[in-house]
Amino acid sequence: MSTTQSTPPLRTRLAHHKWPIGYVVVIVFLFFLYFAILPSLVRPVSAPVIAWLPVATINECLMWAIMALGLNVVVGYAGLLDLGYVAFWALGGYTAGWLMAFPFNWTWNFHLLSPVPAKAAGTHINFWLVCIIAGCLCAILGIIIGAPTLRLRGDYLALVTLGFGEVITQFFRNSNNIAGFNVANGDPGISSIDPIGTGPLGAAGIAPPLLTNSAAGNVWKILVLGFLVGICIFVSLRIREGRLGRAWLAIREDELAASMMGVPPVNVKLLAYAVGAFFGGIGGVANATAITTAVSPSGFDFGKSVLVLLMVVLGGMGNVWGVLMGAFLLSWLNSNGLKQIGVQIDQIFGTSIAEILPRYNYIILGLLLVLMMLFRREGLFPESRTRALLMTPSRTEAEALGAESLEAEAETEAVEHADAATDARLVAAAVRTSPVLEEPEETPAGKEDGA
Amino acid sequence: MSESLFDAEQMGDTPGAAGPEAGPDDRKRGAADGVPVDTAARDNSVLYADHITIQFGGLVAVDDVSFTIPPKSVVSLIGPNGAGKTTFFNVITGLYKVTSGIVFLEGQDITNVKPHDRAAMGLARTFQNIRLFNLMTAEENVMVAMHSHLKSGVLSTIIRTPGQRREERASRDTARELLEYVGIGKSEGELARNLSYGDQRRLEIARAMALQPKILLLDEPTAGMNPQESAAFNDFVYRVRDEKGISVLLIEHDMAVIMKISERITVLDRGRMIAEGTADDIRNNQTVIEAYLGKTGTREGKRNKP
Repeated sequence: MSTTQSTPPLRTRLAHHKWPIGYVVVIVFLFFLYFAILPSLVRPVSAPVIAWLPVATINECLMWAIMALGLNVVVGYAGLLDLGYVAFWALGGYTAGWLMAFPFNWTWNFHLLSPVPAKAAGTHINFWLVCIIAGCLCAILGIIIGAPTLRLRGDYLALVTLGFGEVITQFFRNSNNIAGFNVANGDPGISSIDPIGTGPLGAAGIAPPLLTNSAAGNVWKILVLGFLVGICIFVSLRIREGRLGRAWLAIREDELAASMMGVPPVNVKLLAYAVGAFFGGIGGVANATAITTAVSPSGFDFGKSVLVLLMVVLGGMGNVWGVLMGAFLLSWLNSNGLKQIGVQIDQIFGTSIAEILPRYNYIILGLLLVLMMLFRREGLFPESRTRALLMTPSRTEAEALGAESLEAEAETEAVEHADAATDARLVAAAVRTSPVLEEPEETPAGKEDGA
Repeated sequence: MSESLFDAEQMGDTPGAAGPEAGPDDRKRGAADGVPVDTAARDNSVLYADHITIQFGGLVAVDDVSFTIPPKSVVSLIGPNGAGKTTFFNVITGLYKVTSGIVFLEGQDITNVKPHDRAAMGLARTFQNIRLFNLMTAEENVMVAMHSHLKSGVLSTIIRTPGQRREERASRDTARELLEYVGIGKSEGELARNLSYGDQRRLEIARAMALQPKILLLDEPTAGMNPQESAAFNDFVYRVRDEKGISVLLIEHDMAVIMKISERITVLDRGRMIAEGTADDIRNNQTVIEAYLGKTGTREGKRNKP
């Protein structure tokens, strides 16, 4: 910045950071709501809030938001349909299992900035480090999965990714004996993964030192997961605006034309896989440490891939905020919403579906998808570009149908009837044939026609 | 100056006449096996396509065509429908693999170079049926083509380093200049699909020029333009050539445009080169007239002498 430029007023500077401020306000508000406000309110006020939106559900929503934002990079930005996204979730979770759990067969004792007691056996690495490691591992896996699929398009690509998603799950299912080694304990999986530590906050006595699945722990997890989601939003928005984001959009629009414009399709697509997988890895770590505290192959079924895809499609592919909303809505319905809706229906109609409704979640979500495709294909909060595509015909399409715009018409006329006499005759003819113009201007028109 | 570049040799070869032994550079050159590469043509031209043959199964789409684009020239490729013009275009841009033959860009063999690398090296094209990125703005369309000239990576984009910001700003400015240059400076924020047909063609050219090409390949650029627009297009092509020093290769059906604009014209018919020369040469060439009108037409039809 040169010295001649004065610093912009605070207001414009704030306007530049609109969403981060809004986002931080929302997350901090949620935190204080459950940390301080709700406990101090009388039960009749706080009970419905806690019933409809328990802290655990908020955490789950935030975790799914990370996943949905990651898949959005692959599906929404680059237009590559990925039906095996659960693979990255699984690998992220297992990375957490390997690097921050009590051993299932290992007896050594390795600690790195970990909050758990130093004498605990097993590998214990700091949560934030594991997030980065898992992200990188998944990015590499993403490239490995992506590389052979890049020659494929559309349906074939979706099929291959679907296959990879299943392969990963099967790998972990059989992981108790991979060439004689117990890699990940097979079907039972890895349990008692370390909770997230709070470091100095815990030491100062402000927060619990370990964020376990207790009430206090869950409240603080809002901040941790909220921070991770914030990072994902930030990265998603930034990356879309740059060189790479444009290349992804171009590939999504017309791969051949993009490659003819010097965009290397292979590199660009692999990067989309890698970035999406990085998010997926972080989502996996968040899930394993903050939500389930255990990983096992049965949790990583195909349904989860579909669920994340549904979040992206329902929210509005390509639009970060839409995807975020889709993730919140669906994960809320899935974890708590359906049950609460059932309870409400029971209270009103005297039925007893509160226990049944959550079991039919996939039927209900499927129905939701069908309805969306029928009435709002672009998603709840679509990207402005997609909205333009689905809601208005393009100009060339309109012109092909004969609906020429006025300027184009005028232009053509000017070219075709350059000479003034022809013009005058045309005007006269137009006036004669036009019922609107005829009456008031009959006399001059008649004169000109005669001349 | 370009006279010496077009040797008669390329017309003399008959396919299959040469022996099976490898060519001088150990490359499969089909009919041209044993014929040395025309080094003069290779070194003095921006682009030299040497004895190109492309087969799709049993169909020979392009049959032993050699072709040169001299520096700072406007060259045209014409021919009846199905003559292999667009196929030849696709060979130059790397979309199709040659069955035999070599493509040189500024003396460098690019036969096995991938399309996106060729684009980065300076081969820019437009498409017969417009292929813009419809849901991107005009400005973004142009900026996509700068991809190979920009350096910022994933991390610098996320952190938004000063270098990345500078690069983005510079590329945005260049994009606006280019849009201005082709005459749609006011539409920078419009989605490409919302532009009028003529403006979409202009945007395609702006996008191609963002590659800072050495050669601009235009596939039927005046299709759908009115007479005034195509007249303006003539001037535009010369401006591109003179101001930016870019050679232009045109495929065109509009003979009025072709005859006026081209310094050299190559005529293809059923995959073979049947004539090559200046507009006057082509206009008076009996083979060309027959290819376009058929033999009966030549006997009975009247032809306007220029």
